[in-house]
Amino acid sequence: MIGDRQRFTPLQRLLHWLMAVCIFAMLFIGVGMVSTVMPKYLTLVSIHKPLGIAILVLALVRLVVRLRFGAPSLPAGWPEPMKLAAQLSHYAFYVLMIAMPLIGWGMLSAAAYPVVLFRGVRLPAILPQSDSLHALLWDAHFYLAFVFFALILLHVAAALFHALIRRDGVFEAMAPVSTHDEVAPAE
Amino acid sequence: MAEPVLSPARSVFGSLVLIAVVIGGAAAAFAYTAGWFSPQRLTPDKLVDAFTPPTGVPLGHRRNHAKGICFTGMFEANGAGAALSRGQVFTRGQYPALGRFNLATADPNAPDATVRVRGMGLRISTPDGQEWRTAMIDPPFFPVSTPQAFYEHLVASASKDPNAMKTFAGVHPEIAAFGAWAKSAPWTGSYAEERYNSLNSFILIDNSGAEHAVRWSLLPAAQPIPISPDDLAKRGPNFLEQEIAERVRGGPLRWTMVVTVANPGDPTADPSKAWPEDRRTIEVGTLTVQQIQPERDGPCRDINFDPTVLPTGIRTSDDPFPAARSSTYAKSFDRRTAEAKDYPRTATDAKP
Repeated sequence: MIGDRQRFTPLQRLLHWLMAVCIFAMLFIGVGMVSTVMPKYLTLVSIHKPLGIAILVLALVRLVVRLRFGAPSLPAGWPEPMKLAAQLSHYAFYVLMIAMPLIGWGMLSAAAYPVVLFRGVRLPAILPQSDSLHALLWDAHFYLAFVFFALILLHVAAALFHALIRRDGVFEAMAPVSTHDEVAPAE
Repeated sequence: MAEPVLSPARSVFGSLVLIAVVIGGAAAAFAYTAGWFSPQRLTPDKLVDAFTPPTGVPLGHRRNHAKGICFTGMFEANGAGAALSRGQVFTRGQYPALGRFNLATADPNAPDATVRVRGMGLRISTPDGQEWRTAMIDPPFFPVSTPQAFYEHLVASASKDPNAMKTFAGVHPEIAAFGAWAKSAPWTGSYAEERYNSLNSFILIDNSGAEHAVRWSLLPAAQPIPISPDDLAKRGPNFLEQEIAERVRGGPLRWTMVVTVANPGDPTADPSKAWPEDRRTIEVGTLTVQQIQPERDGPCRDINFDPTVLPTGIRTSDDPFPAARSSTYAKSFDRRTAEAKDYPRTATDAKP
């Protein structure tokens, strides 16, 4: 870990914002597609699958980058519960970003559906055909999607709280572009 | 990192309002997308619920076409279809097939003679790893034009209002043709004697990239022998399954797969409209049914015959039904796989 850096590396920021867009879109596509019988259902499903695999790949890359470059240390003087919440939320995000695509892929495998990413591009099954596994993974995929969305809302609320109210440089650490030359100088 | 720089109280309040608006807006957009503000939206859940028969939810079974029996066999392509589609399934060769004969009823214990429409689910697998799944039925056209009308038909059929069907027929006059077919078309005493039709239109894509709107049918080699529903009833409630099992024990059964090509302007988006008889047809191969297995522990049990699982060289058309069927079949599949304990997988051909 490199503790004295104030911002995430440009690569980490790029991955964060790219994935933010992908995951946000993914969750909306997911709840939208399971609630319609219109032709857009097929369009949404055909985006959901390759986008999910793209998120899986990006998440694995991001994990490696995080392990290599670490994260800026949190501001001094934070109460312990706040630090713990911040750290746990990061773990939860990594778990969800990696697990959700795998659960979706496993669910389709257990249902013996061909996992088609694009026309003619298929992924192998990662689980044997099984009704009980399918039922379990389907529930997990469904409920974790709502957990994921709730976590994102919490994350956005916290980010805005840091950016607008505390102005402690936490938001700037992941901001897509530098908003100040130096982090949060006194007004 | 910098020390926190706290803002004046007024700006804190403004910031909190802004945060609440952003979070609330995102949550509301999510809920809207999920349909929570749109009770009128036709969802897979609503469609699946509408199938529930008076006998109750058929736990562990398909929510429609609930009564059926598995088969395995072979699809032998003769190569003629390769002129229309680049799919490997149309190149000359033999490809394993898995399927299911079924009755269009939501009650897995319905007596055979009470169900007018019969169907076949079919999955053909090719060495390139692709699959062609299709679920066909024996009427020559579909009862209604749109998925919404289909849902309204289910609701009207289940309604206690004696005028519900009359009202429905007033709004959806296409149902009259289906009613006439149901009354006049002869019944047969065997799954082997039925012709199974895709009814939905699909697009075949050939090697040059040219697209052809088509429907397909499986034409039985067996000669249909008409039987009255009363006589069929006398043969027993599960006669069709016993008959097909016995018949296949005596030798494989065959169907010819025929692809019908639309003329420009033919109604591809409306499966209730049959195309004129003179349309070009191409025999693309032969389905051979070699073995029958009871559904309870058979290979078709956990297969969703989703008509949008298509190989390269076939895609959906402007027909809205395959999408509606795909989303609804998936919902039915999700529910029944979670209910497997209600339909135990015991090796027996006795019906419960």
